[in-house]
Parts: sequence; C-alpha cells; structure tokens
Amino acid sequence: MDWLPGAASSYAADLDRIFYVILAITGLIFVGVQVALVYFIIKYRGRKGRQASYVEGSTKAEVIWTVIPAVIIVGIAVASQTVWSEIKDPNHFPTDALEVNVEARQFAWAFTYPGADGELGTDDDYIRYNQMHVPVNRPVVFNLTSVDVVHSFFVPAFRIKQDAVPGMNLRAWFEATEVGEYELACAELCGVAHGLMKGKIIVLSEDEFQSWAAEQS
Amino acid sequence: MATAAAAAAPLADAHHEELSFIRKYIFSTDHKIIGIQFLFASLAFLVLGGVLAILLRWQLGFPGEELPGVGTVAPKFYNSLVTMHGTFMVFFAVMPLLVGVYANYLIPLKIGAPDMAFPRLNMLSFWMFIQSGIVMTASLFVEGGAAGSGWTAYAPLSAVPQYTGASLGQQLWILSIVLFGASSLLGSVNYITTVINMRAPGMTLFRMPLSVWALFITAIIALLAIPIIAAAVIMLFFDLTLGTTFFLPADGGQPLLWQHLFWFFGHPEVYILILPAMGIISDVIANGSRKPVFGYHSMVLAIIAIAFLGWITWGHHMFQSGMNPLLGTSFMISTMAIAVPSAIKVFNWLGTMWRGNIRFHTPMLWAIGFVSLFTVGGLSGIFMASNAVDIFIHDTYFIVAHIHYVLFGGSLMAIFAAVYFWFPKMFGRMMSETWGKIHFVLTFIFYNLTFFPMHILGMAGHMRRIYDPTQYEFLQPYQPMNRFITISAILLFVVQLPFIVNFFWSLFRGKKADINPWQDNGLEWTVPSPPPHGNFAMTPTVYRGPYEFSVPGAEADYMPQSVPPSGSQ
Repeated sequence: MDWLPGAASSYAADLDRIFYVILAITGLIFVGVQVALVYFIIKYRGRKGRQASYVEGSTKAEVIWTVIPAVIIVGIAVASQTVWSEIKDPNHFPTDALEVNVEARQFAWAFTYPGADGELGTDDDYIRYNQMHVPVNRPVVFNLTSVDVVHSFFVPAFRIKQDAVPGMNLRAWFEATEVGEYELACAELCGVAHGLMKGKIIVLSEDEFQSWAAEQS
Repeated sequence: MATAAAAAAPLADAHHEELSFIRKYIFSTDHKIIGIQFLFASLAFLVLGGVLAILLRWQLGFPGEELPGVGTVAPKFYNSLVTMHGTFMVFFAVMPLLVGVYANYLIPLKIGAPDMAFPRLNMLSFWMFIQSGIVMTASLFVEGGAAGSGWTAYAPLSAVPQYTGASLGQQLWILSIVLFGASSLLGSVNYITTVINMRAPGMTLFRMPLSVWALFITAIIALLAIPIIAAAVIMLFFDLTLGTTFFLPADGGQPLLWQHLFWFFGHPEVYILILPAMGIISDVIANGSRKPVFGYHSMVLAIIAIAFLGWITWGHHMFQSGMNPLLGTSFMISTMAIAVPSAIKVFNWLGTMWRGNIRFHTPMLWAIGFVSLFTVGGLSGIFMASNAVDIFIHDTYFIVAHIHYVLFGGSLMAIFAAVYFWFPKMFGRMMSETWGKIHFVLTFIFYNLTFFPMHILGMAGHMRRIYDPTQYEFLQPYQPMNRFITISAILLFVVQLPFIVNFFWSLFRGKKADINPWQDNGLEWTVPSPPPHGNFAMTPTVYRGPYEFSVPGAEADYMPQSVPPSGSQ
C-alpha cells in the first residue's frame, strides 16, 4: 500500500524516497524500543525474593546510544539537504520554465499568465481564477504572493508546499509529469473559509496547453 | 507560670499561628496549597480543552451534522474551537499542570526547604493565572466570538479584525496571554531562587532528583522565553487597536517577524511542556524498577542539552514560510541534533528498567506509557526535522499526530503518573489502584486509536485546521478514518470519568496514606501526609542521591536521602 498520494511531479519521487527511508529507520527503532519495553516488563516484573541489580549506568552503553543516533541523523540530514535545495533553492530552479504569477487572497487563487509575448507584466497578460493550466513535462516557476493574510500553496500530488506571504514575492517551482487534474489546497489557516480555499491544477499535453493558451488571449 | 509562658512563646512563634480559612486555603502562601490550587484549576481547564476538542472532532468526523443537544458547528466557530483548544491545552492545562502544580508542590519538599523563597510572589502568581484563565474563558462568549487565528495567532490574520471576524475575542486572547506570562515569570523567579538558595545541607546539585533538575531548567527557559511572547503579543495588540503596523506589510511591517518572535518563544515553550514530564517520569521509573536511574549524570546533561538546543531550532516551524532556504538547512541540523539527547533519555529509561524488580503500581504504568508513546512522538519528529520531507507533511495531520504524541502521549501521561504518585502526599489518602489501572489501560487504548491514524491522514496529505475534509476529492476516501478518530476521541474523553470519580472519591474516602506509601527515597516521603505548614519539623540533612534503590547489603530495597549512613550514628 502506498502511504503517500500518487506522485505526479519531477521531484516527488526524490522526496518520497527520503520519506520511506526515514520511515524504515524510525520504524525499526520504534519496534526495537517497544519490544525491549515489553520484554523488560515481562522479564523483570517484580517477584518476592528477587532483588533488582544495583546498576548506576554504563558509559560504554551510553556512548553507543549517543553515537549511533548521531550518525543516523547526519545521514538523514545530508540526504534531505540535496532534495531540499533541489526543490527550494532559487539558484537551482530550472531555466526555460513557464513563468506564472500566483496571488492568494481570502479565499481564492489568481493565476496571471504571460500571454502571447511570453512576458509577464505586459498588456496581454491574462488572469484565471482557481484553475491553473500547465503543460506536462515543462517546469513551471511561479511568483507567489498574497494580498491579505498568510496562505500556503499546497499540491499534495506534486509534493510542493510554499507559503504565500503578503508583502513578499516568493518563487517556487514544479514540473508536472502526468496529464490530469490535481487538487490545490490552502495549507495555512487563513480565515473563516480556509477549508474551502481550493483550486485545481490542470496538466495538459504541450499541444493542448498551447491551444488552451491561444484561446485565452 | 511566668517562665512557662515565656518558654512557650518562641515555640508558638516557630509553629505557625492558626490561620483563618481564607488565608489557609484561598489566599494561601503555602507552596503546597498553591500547588493544589493550581491542580484543581488546571484540571478544570483540561476538561474544558477536552470539550473543545470533542466539538471540533465532531465537525471533522460528521461534517455539517447536528451534534445531539449542541447543534451544528459553523465555520467561524470551528476556527475558534481550533484556536481555543490549543490555547487552553498548552497554556492552561499542560503547562500549569507540570509547572504550576509540581514545581510548586515538589521543589521545596524535595530539596528540604520550608517553602518557596518568595511565598507572597507565589500567591500572586497563582491569582494572576486565575485572572488570565477567566479572561481567556470569557473570550469564548464575547460578541464576534473567540479568537480564530490559531493558537499560533499568525499575523496578519490575527492583526486585522476583518480577517477572522473576531475583534474583542482576539484582544482578550492577547490580554490573557500577557497576564499568563506575568504569572509564569513570577513563578519562574521563585523556582530558580528556591533551588539555588534553599537546598538543605547535603543536597548538592547532583543529589537533586531529576524532577527537580527538570523543573529548575524549565524555569530558566520560561524566564527567558516568556518576555518574548509578551513583547510579541503586545505589538500585536498595538496593530489590532492602535493602528501600528509591526506585522502588516502595507506600511512596511513584516508578517514573518511575528512567526520568528512566536516560534523563538514557541519552541522553547515545547520544552517547557516536556522537560518536567521527563523529570517526573525518571523519578517514577526508578521507584517502580527499584533501581537507580541509569546514567543519572547524562540524564541531567541531556536535559540541559535539550534546553539549550531548544533555543536554536525555532525555524523548523518555518521551513515553508518563505524565509531564506539556507536557513532551512541550518535549522534542520540544529533540530536533528535534538534527537541525540532525546534518544539518550529513552534508552536510559529502558536501562533503568533493565534488570529491575518492577512494581506495576499505577504511576509506573503511566510512566511506561510515557516511554512507549513519547518514543513515537520523538521518532515522528525526525520526519519534520528533515526539511525536504517537511515540504510535504508541514501543516498536515502528521504534525497533529506528532504534537499529540508528545504533549498527550508524553506530557499528559507524565501528569497522570504524577497525580497518582503524589496524591497520597498531597491529600493524605491513596487513590484506588484498581481504578487507576483501569483508567490507564482504557486511556492508552483510546489514545492510540484516536491519534495513531492521524499519521496516516497526514501521509495522505490531509491539511490541518480545515473545516470540512469532504470538500477535497483526495480526502474523501479517508472520511471513514476521520469518523473512526472522532468516535475514538469521544471514547477517550469518556474514559477519563473513572479518573474524575476516583480523584474525588479518594479525596474524602480513600485509604489513609502512610508517610511513604511507594517506599521512595525523596525527602517529601519523610514528612507526614499531608505535610504541615513549614514542611519539616527539623531541617533535614541529605546523605546521598535520590535513587539509591536495591543497594547491595542494605536491609530494605530503598534508602531515603536523609537517613544517616549506618555506622555513623
């Protein structure tokens, strides 16, 4: 069984891999601790005539269970950092991407497309609400902001989450790898209708996207 | 006659004069009475926090349906429920149950002091806590409803009344937090001074029980952290009411400034909520296992390490907030580092039980429950410490599962252990062991049925704080699980009934408690149950550490700290 939702972006598999590695490691430790706990409860249950051993500690044991967790977390941190910077570091964002402005407000998403000239901030830009059309297998870099409170752009299938902060222009990106419709949610409590602030990401083939874009302007 | 009267005078002086009922039980300066006052007040807030939780769970399990006898939960009210559940549980239940109750009750008794260093300050601290609680409770009933911006009160949502629809509610929330902070500061100053200045002869720092160590370090954290939240909420109050723009971008304010200030307080706050629990658990596990705490010194160092690291990890709450991604890297490293002292503690508790002669009294059961469940909360923390994985699970039910495994599975389990363990000392009567064990088993089962599935919801991407999960197609298959969680939560609430009945029944009808019913070593077990005003008839002298259980060659399997070594009459 897949625990995580179906993955549909270029970096989703990388993130999922770390998730499952951590799940395996923590799962092992979890089982180990619980088994030890139950074993000790049974083995060392109090009985008359028995006495506990007077043990104040063991430096050797403590060094072992200090060093092993330290090594494990260094490994997890190094692996995480690679994926973190792939997804979040603006210096690593793909070039030749479709660029879109995303503006969040209580309780809607507005997407501004560059129009025929391919440039944002010109007269032929057009705005669509709550539905973001993107081409498959082409990176989309978006400039994210908010007009009122903090919102968060979350597409579970793409494994992307980025807060939208009023007064800040934050850049984020994804590359959809499968044609289809994916739900967009606001992940940061943003007011009375926070739970209804949803949208759709509609991933089209390159041809379909081109014809959709041509219809808009 | 004259000489007899003169001789009696200093004695009457030494014994405290008879106090009126009001001075003795209401406006008391006795640390024990104040601890008990905190206990009753914060248990009441715990029930209130639980009621709020049931209401919001109802909406999640049965969206839009009418809760029999209550009605439906409107979206605006839902946001208030989310906000106030978190607020009451963090500030008015778990924190005062650990610090208000047990720092007050235990520190003087455990270090051999007659009372706190500043008894009047202590009384003021309690009454400011009551005021803040009254203000927070009142905010539930004002026009516009209670605050609806989350217990984290993220600005600008919290800074502009139109954004949530709650105006007076949010202002009262701030006022209450300020009062609460003042109460907490007064308490901290007291605990720190008392531990430093009022230890009995022989009670060196490294002979202090881990509960006292943890409460001492916690008080230092609180002393440093509370002013930050106080400053932040006062700035927020100015934004709300006076037209300043600290957190509003239109006139140059910074929404992220709020998050930095909040979490710079908020993460140390998390350790305020767990360190005392760890200390209490260490005492109870050593007692239950009849063995010294495994690696006492490293347990102390781990508490200090966690407390220190707690100051440089706040940014992991903000990985997705838009702060520089480079900071995401550094906060991941500092956060991961906390796994090390946390692991030391868990393994040392296991080490304490290893080769023990375990007595499964009720407090020990809760302590074992703590180790089991805190391990889950600690391990799930590694997922969100990974900045990459956090991109997906941030603000999902995975986080909700995590905090409840730490604060309920951890802190609250320790609180129950402490209530059962020190009840005989506090009230001079035993609680029913049978009902205590039934309470534990049922709580452990329904606790896990409530919170474990939340991990699975989180992995599915289920957002927190949403009003109606069925609005999202990808969450619709999980609605049966949401319903299951809600039913489990209701049952978890119901099975607290044996505790409430046991508590009040034992208060009046419980078996009379001996001086030392658990055969423990702490100084509090050398004075009558309940101890008199002033605690010790004579200042005790301390000869050894607190965990000398099962010493080879000794007659009994425990050795109180103040009993002189044999052969040194």
